[in-house]
Amino acid sequence: MVQEQGNPDSSFEGRLQAARRKQGLDAPPKSSLDKDAIGGSAWSIGLRVGIELVSAMVVAVAIGYGLDRVFHTTPILTAVFVPVGGAAGVANLWRLFAPKPDGK
Amino acid sequence: MAAEGSNSIDALGQFQLHPALGFIGESVNFTQSNLMMVVAGVAVLALLYVGMRPRAMVPGRLQAAAEMGYESILSMCVETIGEEGRKFFPFVFTLFFFILFGNLLGVFPLFFTFTSHIVVTLALALLVVILVTIVGLKEHGLHWFSYFVPQGVPKVLLPLMVVIELISYLSRIISLSVRLFANMMAGHVMLEVFGSFIVMLGGLGLLGYFPAAVSLGVNTLLIGFELLVATLQAYVFAVLTCIYLHDAVHLH
Repeated sequence: MVQEQGNPDSSFEGRLQAARRKQGLDAPPKSSLDKDAIGGSAWSIGLRVGIELVSAMVVAVAIGYGLDRVFHTTPILTAVFVPVGGAAGVANLWRLFAPKPDGK
Repeated sequence: MAAEGSNSIDALGQFQLHPALGFIGESVNFTQSNLMMVVAGVAVLALLYVGMRPRAMVPGRLQAAAEMGYESILSMCVETIGEEGRKFFPFVFTLFFFILFGNLLGVFPLFFTFTSHIVVTLALALLVVILVTIVGLKEHGLHWFSYFVPQGVPKVLLPLMVVIELISYLSRIISLSVRLFANMMAGHVMLEVFGSFIVMLGGLGLLGYFPAAVSLGVNTLLIGFELLVATLQAYVFAVLTCIYLHDAVHLH
């Protein structure tokens, strides 16, 4: 959890930190590698990447197939939507890993 | 599936639904999955009610668990969504604890993990995405549709980008549900497979005892890992819900 800023008095962590700071018990701040920002270990990142890519593709193929069924143009729209789905998957990943300007 | 004899591992049989509660459950198709949902809901309520009953200044274990659950979800809501997050706190709290208890109860023997069925996780994900859409429409009206129009895109590419954004938005349903479902199902399949290894290798005689013991060790580790995954996936589901709500409230 990212809890550096924000209202320090609301959560237990915040109150504890404030108390520790007052007593001078605080260890030097750790360099927060943005491990938590993405969501954990390499395994879970890998799983997330796979799921994001596949789920975008699934939705795109479903839309393409459905539209094909409606308009009786069987392979064309599916073929059109597959690369679009791939692009949407990459867009998902960009949203996931893009550097956030405001730090959150 | 089990007809091939004792040499096959029926890893998926554990996910079959059976009617619970005798003939009453049978007549209304009340399965053990539904029963576990009820158990999870009652367990959450019991944790909050029994835990908070002492109302002690210095909380005991149960009270501390209830308070920490409350505070961590509240701070997650406020930090991720912003001050508006307080409105959505009950929803996120319910979602988190329902999934958490569903995942954790599934680790116990003879219990069923209802989150290992994609129907359940898909329904939860649909609930989240539909709620996010309604919140977005309510907060911003028709202006909410500008969410699908990224800024600074050349006019020529705009139709393509809108389609991509739309697919990306809809893919949240799939990714949210598949992530939880796949994690829970994979863990339980692994447990079943290594559990079968213990029985099969143990039946092999002297030669099999050592590998059987290794499988038992692996299974022990897997149980611990399952506890981690159960908590983590409930947390991830709640965090992603918060992030989506943030997008709906703030538009980008």
